[in-house]
Amino acid sequence: MSRTWDQARRDRARRLARARGVSPEKWVDPQRATALLEALLEPGDRVCLEGDNQKQADFLARALSRVDPARVRDLHLVLSVLALPEHVELFERGIARRLDFSFSGPQAVRLAQLAGAGRIEIGAIHTYLELYARYFVDLTPRVALVAALAADREGNLYTGPNTEDTPAIVEATAFRDGVVVAQVNEERERLPRVDIPGGWVDFVVRAPTPSTIEPLFTRDPAQVSEVQVLMAMMVVKGIYAEYGVNRLNHGIGFDTAAIELLLPTYGEELGLKGKVCQHWALNPHPTLIPAIESGFVRSVHAFGSELGMEAYVAARPDVFFTGPDGSLRSNRAFSQTAGHYACDLFIGSTLQVDLAGNSSTATASRIAGFGGAPNMGADARGRRHSSPAWLRAGRESARPGTMPRGRKLVVQLLETFREHMEPAFVERLDAWELARAMKMELPPVMVYGDDVSHIVTEEGIANLLLCRTAEERAEAIRGVAGYTPLGRARSVRAVENLRDQGIVRRPEDLGIDKRRATRDLLAARSVKDLVRWSGGLYDPPRRFRSW
Amino acid sequence: MSDRGIRARHSYREATARRRLAGLLDEGSFRELLGPEHRVTSPHLAALDLPAAFDDGVVVGAGLLLGEPVLAASQEGSFMGGGVGEVHGAKLVGLLERAARERPRGVLLLLDTGGVRLQEANAGLVAVSEVMRAVLAARAARVPVVALVGGGFGCFGGMGIAARLCDAVAMSEEGRLGITGPDVLETTKGVEELDASDRALVWRTYGGKHRYLLGEADRLLEDDLEAFRTAAAELLRVSARPLDLEELEREHRQLGRRLAEFGGAADASEVWRAAGVERPEALPLLEAPEFLRAVAGARRGGR
Amino acid sequence: MERLSFDLACPGAPAPRAPPVVVGVVASGNLEVLVEPGAAPGTCRVEVATSARGFREIWSAVLDDFAGRHALSGLAVSVNDAGATPAVVSLRLDQAVEEYLGGAR
Repeated sequence: MSRTWDQARRDRARRLARARGVSPEKWVDPQRATALLEALLEPGDRVCLEGDNQKQADFLARALSRVDPARVRDLHLVLSVLALPEHVELFERGIARRLDFSFSGPQAVRLAQLAGAGRIEIGAIHTYLELYARYFVDLTPRVALVAALAADREGNLYTGPNTEDTPAIVEATAFRDGVVVAQVNEERERLPRVDIPGGWVDFVVRAPTPSTIEPLFTRDPAQVSEVQVLMAMMVVKGIYAEYGVNRLNHGIGFDTAAIELLLPTYGEELGLKGKVCQHWALNPHPTLIPAIESGFVRSVHAFGSELGMEAYVAARPDVFFTGPDGSLRSNRAFSQTAGHYACDLFIGSTLQVDLAGNSSTATASRIAGFGGAPNMGADARGRRHSSPAWLRAGRESARPGTMPRGRKLVVQLLETFREHMEPAFVERLDAWELARAMKMELPPVMVYGDDVSHIVTEEGIANLLLCRTAEERAEAIRGVAGYTPLGRARSVRAVENLRDQGIVRRPEDLGIDKRRATRDLLAARSVKDLVRWSGGLYDPPRRFRSW
Repeated sequence: MSDRGIRARHSYREATARRRLAGLLDEGSFRELLGPEHRVTSPHLAALDLPAAFDDGVVVGAGLLLGEPVLAASQEGSFMGGGVGEVHGAKLVGLLERAARERPRGVLLLLDTGGVRLQEANAGLVAVSEVMRAVLAARAARVPVVALVGGGFGCFGGMGIAARLCDAVAMSEEGRLGITGPDVLETTKGVEELDASDRALVWRTYGGKHRYLLGEADRLLEDDLEAFRTAAAELLRVSARPLDLEELEREHRQLGRRLAEFGGAADASEVWRAAGVERPEALPLLEAPEFLRAVAGARRGGR
Repeated sequence: MERLSFDLACPGAPAPRAPPVVVGVVASGNLEVLVEPGAAPGTCRVEVATSARGFREIWSAVLDDFAGRHALSGLAVSVNDAGATPAVVSLRLDQAVEEYLGGAR
């Protein structure tokens, strides 16, 4: 008749009791990490092994990969980014069985192979924000293995610039009677600041080698091409200036780096300082330094950090979100939310676009996932507050007889041909093939066509908001698809018609002289120029420097 | 905040071979010899079914530098790594022979090359050795020959030797000068000897700053077309390096001293420290003017 | 290597005679374009040597559009291409003609 209502708490107490047998103290001897995990975990547990876009709990991943599969098996792994070989090993050894994640980058091919062989059950591929959201609904971790820079004796954690996913993971786990284990690079008597309170943390272990972070968001200006400069000019003049885009997110890439590097020069020339690009949801891109130094940028909230930018960020607290200790505080969950609701524009590049404007980065042999792009690259239908850009986009896409609403600008940026003369515009996305091969319910689409507002290629800008019908939209896309088979099949008359209506605009229609599209227009043309712009504060990682 | 003069500079390294000449010589003064319309292309590349360049990767001709007549050659490093093939080499040799006859104010060699164009095998080797001889012949005719090294491909192989056969070498920090390049060194001697992916190490070893400090480069310049123009004019005015036995013996003595002083150093930074530089680790970070001040007392040789 | 030739229909006034001009470099993903006075009036002969085989149709479309943008009658255009995309090809063709015409003034 009576039900016990604190089963989770009792379960937690049992696990902790077992664990204290291995480590009576909160601080765990690194040599006993595997034994600790064997004591804490039970077959079938849902475990979050922190794998963020940048930061990885690599020591705990290794410790987990060494547990006895007879004792710990069939775990349900939830994590943002499956990046380490150890992650894949967990499935190969039967320690883990089921996976819910967001992105897999380096392990995409191995993942596909294991999934194909039935060794992994993939629950779903999520966006980052979706995954965090589910931590609070139906994917709450029983045990979370997280990574921090440092901890004190009480187990307070300092996660520093690369705070990333940790607050979301720990909040969900700790407040649902789960167990939290943290690996740290060092113990400190006094932390620069407390990012995670020690009361939410059960065990801390010092990793023998510090976890390393890759510089994922650094783009060498020396590699920006003339074509990318031309496209950036079109974006700045034809979209940012046109709509008055003041709050935005850039997907990472050389083409968006070109936009960032054009603000202090072309943007300044157009009189746009103080009018566009003031507030950003963005990682600390080194290529944003000239725009910041020139006075374009008022605020940046970051998903994570970027190697080499620490001193620069600490010296610009008016722009970045920093703690009283001076270092960056990032938070991917909040940055994603900012990108979804508080930004008027998302712009990013993609690999393939079809005639409905659906875009995908999926290819047939890799399960790469989505990361955060779909959250930024989607209309935020729950939004209610207005801005001029949002209202104008809403007016352009309004259908007669419907309730007026605003609309986010979602821009896809791509050259018509990829490497090896592979057309970027296709009849049928490779995503369909991947879905079939991997038995997915839906083709993995990064940005849906009905969310896309503009497509920008070297040929011009297609404004899909103004298209009334699917046919008009397809013709507008052909109109910027260049010499690809889809582009060559355009009706020249129809495209001229669209040009008259401003649905398709070529550089000359925007008043852009293509001869000005040279690298000379970039505010910085090398990594060293970025260092100069920063007054020597930017400290590029080794691979980007020749000094 | 201003752009700290970044956009005012025109990068020598980024410029094409033609753009470098345009930036170096007096405006409108350049007359190309054997230009692309003559289609003097490489028969070897054609035989290998490889893409050709109309000028075989080197622009040669006559122009004015601060009003004085000069002959100039500019290599296009991005065509086949600036490799010297038969035709490319013949254009350089022909230019130097013309210099020995016509006796202009000087010859400027804008070098951006990995050395011999391997696809042309012996023809390339012969071409490079002919270039070396032609440089010496021009100098023997009392025509100064100045090498400018600041391109992305450096100046390597036999052309590295050719550069040092010139009266003077001017380099930017971005430029590299050597014989065996870093990749070949790593392949043959192993990564412990030289890690070619360690770019800071590569530039410490081959780059303009180290060459300047050792006295192999006579000038260390900013990566700017205007700086190269000024240096080229200045180096042509300074009296040419003597080309006689006495000079050769002097140079050998200097090399002997270098070996005695720095022979035990395992890294360029150790050379700099032994040479008396106070903070050798800071040298790579310095801009050209500060660098020159920092090494003023430590520099060995050079002019 | 593939070698392609095209004779572009060029109605309109003949282009002026001017010194030959070359732009671009033969590096991967790039091309060089040489523009000079041609032999045949009323037409523009284009010779392409390219390392990317099988794209005749695209070259033809790109060159037709190129002829529509400039008065090319009486010119000869020669290309050494190392796999540039149509975007870069169009850019270089335009740059070369504009520099050639600039030299005619």
